[in-house]
Amino acid sequence: MDEYVLIFRHEDGSKVASPEQIQVWMQQTMDWIGGIAAQNKFISGTGLPFADARVVRHNSVVTNGPFGDVKETIGGFIIVKADSVDEAVGFAKGCPVLQGEGNSVEVRKIAKNDGVH
Amino acid sequence: MEFFWCPAFRTHGIFLARCGLSGIAHFNVCSFWQRMLKCLFSAGKEIFHAIVFNMLQQELIPHLFRTEFRKIAAVLCKTFGMEHIETAEDIAGAAFLAALETWSYKGIPENPVAWLYTVAKNKAKNHLNRDKLFAAKIAKDMAQGAAVTEVTEIDLSEQNINDSQLQMLFAVCHPSIPAEAQVGLALRILCGFGIEEIAVAFLTNKETINKRLYRAKEKLRQEKVVIEFPGEGVIGERLSSVLTTLYLLFSEGYYSESNDLVLREELCREAMRLTLLLLQNDLTNLPDVNALYALMCFHASRFTARKNEQGEIVLYNDQNESLWNYDLIARGAYHLHLASHGSQLTKYHLEAGIAYWHTIKADTKEKWENILQLYNRLLQVAYSPVAALNRTYALSKARNKETAIEEAEKLKLTGNHFYFVLLGELHSGRDRETAKKYFEQALMLAKTKTDKQTIAAKIALL
Repeated sequence: MDEYVLIFRHEDGSKVASPEQIQVWMQQTMDWIGGIAAQNKFISGTGLPFADARVVRHNSVVTNGPFGDVKETIGGFIIVKADSVDEAVGFAKGCPVLQGEGNSVEVRKIAKNDGVH
Repeated sequence: MEFFWCPAFRTHGIFLARCGLSGIAHFNVCSFWQRMLKCLFSAGKEIFHAIVFNMLQQELIPHLFRTEFRKIAAVLCKTFGMEHIETAEDIAGAAFLAALETWSYKGIPENPVAWLYTVAKNKAKNHLNRDKLFAAKIAKDMAQGAAVTEVTEIDLSEQNINDSQLQMLFAVCHPSIPAEAQVGLALRILCGFGIEEIAVAFLTNKETINKRLYRAKEKLRQEKVVIEFPGEGVIGERLSSVLTTLYLLFSEGYYSESNDLVLREELCREAMRLTLLLLQNDLTNLPDVNALYALMCFHASRFTARKNEQGEIVLYNDQNESLWNYDLIARGAYHLHLASHGSQLTKYHLEAGIAYWHTIKADTKEKWENILQLYNRLLQVAYSPVAALNRTYALSKARNKETAIEEAEKLKLTGNHFYFVLLGELHSGRDRETAKKYFEQALMLAKTKTDKQTIAAKIALL
C-alpha cells in the first residue's frame, strides 16, 4: 500500500464567502476526512491558513504569500493510504474544495525512503 | 474441584481461588476443607462453629479479601521488590487463611482489618528472618537496600498503601510486557482477582492465564523493572501505557462476552478505582486521565439499564432512562470539564465526548452533529472498526440514510456481523427485502447467543 498526498488548491475562502458558508465547508471537509478515516486510510493532514503566509525567493527576497495573480493557492493537504493512484483519486473526488470551479486537488505519491525515489 | 463452583459455594470459591489456592497453590483445597470441617465438629461446638464459620467464609472474609488483599499485596511487593512478587502474594493470601482458621475458634476480632495487617506484617517479618538464605537474597534485591539483620518495617499506613498501589500500577503496566498480560497482572496483584476469575473474564482457561502471568513476571524481573514512581521525564510515556491498560480493563468488563455479570461489573469498578488513584496524585492528575475517568463514569452510568432481568443486552434506544445513574453522569461531566484544560485532545477526550452526548436521550440534530464530528476526529486519531461503524450510524442520524449507506458500503468490514447489522438498520424503513438480507447475513456471522437474539428480534420487527 502506498501513501499519497492530496493537495488542495483554491482561493482564500474568506475573500469569497461568508463565515457561515465557511462553516459549511469545514463540516463537509470533516465528513469527507472522517469517511476516509473510517476506511482506515487516513494518515494525517492539515489546513494551511492564508494569513501570515510568506514566500522566500532567490536572493532572500521575501514576499507576502504566493497569491498576487494566482487564484489557486495551497489551502491544505491530507495524506492517505491507497492501493493505487486510482484509489487515491477516488478519495480526492469527494473533496469539498472541488465544488468551486477552478479549484483542484493534486494527487501525488509520497516517496518511500527505499533508495529508488 | 467442581464442588467449589456450584452456585451455593460461589463466594467461597472466589475466596479460595483468590487466595491463590486454585492457581499457584501447593495446597490441596479439598483435604484442607475436610480437615477444617473435622476440626470444627470434633470441637464439640458444632452448631456455633458451623454458624461462625459459615458467616466467615460466605461473607466477612470474602469481603475483606476484596478490599484488603490488594493493599497488603501491593505493600509487600513494594517492600520485597519485583523479584519476589509470588512471595508477597503468598504471604498476603496466608493472612486470610489464618483469619479463617483463627476467627472460627476465637471469634472475630474487634478490628478485623488491623488484625489482618498485623498477621501479614508478622508473617512477612518471619519470612524475612526465618530463612537466612532467603533473607540474604531478598536483602540483596530489596528495593531500598535495607539490611535484613535489622527488622524491616512493613508499613501498612494508608499513605504507603496508596503509594505502593500507584507504584505497582506503573510497574505492572510496563511497556515491555504485552497489554493483555498487563491487564491480567493488574487484576491479580492490584485488584486481588483469582486466576479462575481472570480466566472467566478473558474467556480462556486457568493454564493460559497462569502461563501468561508467569511469563509477564519473568519479563519484569529480566527487565529489572523497579517498583517506583516514574521520573518526570518519562512519566508521560509510562502513563500512556497505564491508561491503555485501565481502558482495556474497563472495556473487558463492559463489553466482555462472559456471562458473569457480577464479575464484569467488578472489573469496571476496579478500573475506575485505579484511575481514581491516579487522579488523587498531583503528578498524574492530568487532562487525559480525567478524560478516561469521565468516559468510564458515562459508560458505567448505563450499566444497570443495558441488561434486562434475563441478562440480555438492552439496546441504547430501548433503555429505560430512569435506570441510568445520574450521579455517575454528573461525576463524568465534572471530570470531562477538568479534562478540557490544556491543549491535548486524546482519544479518551473524544470518546468521553461521545459518551457524554449519549447521556442525553433526546434525538436532536445538535446531538448527532456533535457525535458525528467527534467520531470524525476519533477515527483520525485512533481507527477501530467499531468507531467506523458507529460513525456511519451517526452520519445517518446527522445527515440521512442515503449518505450513510453510500459510506457504509465503502467500509467493507464483511467479517464483522455488526457491519451487516448496520447495513440492515440503514435499509430498514426503506427497503424491507434488502434490510432482511443484511440482518440474515449478520445472524450467520454472529457468535454469541445474545447477539443472535438481538438480530433475530430485529428481523421479526421488519
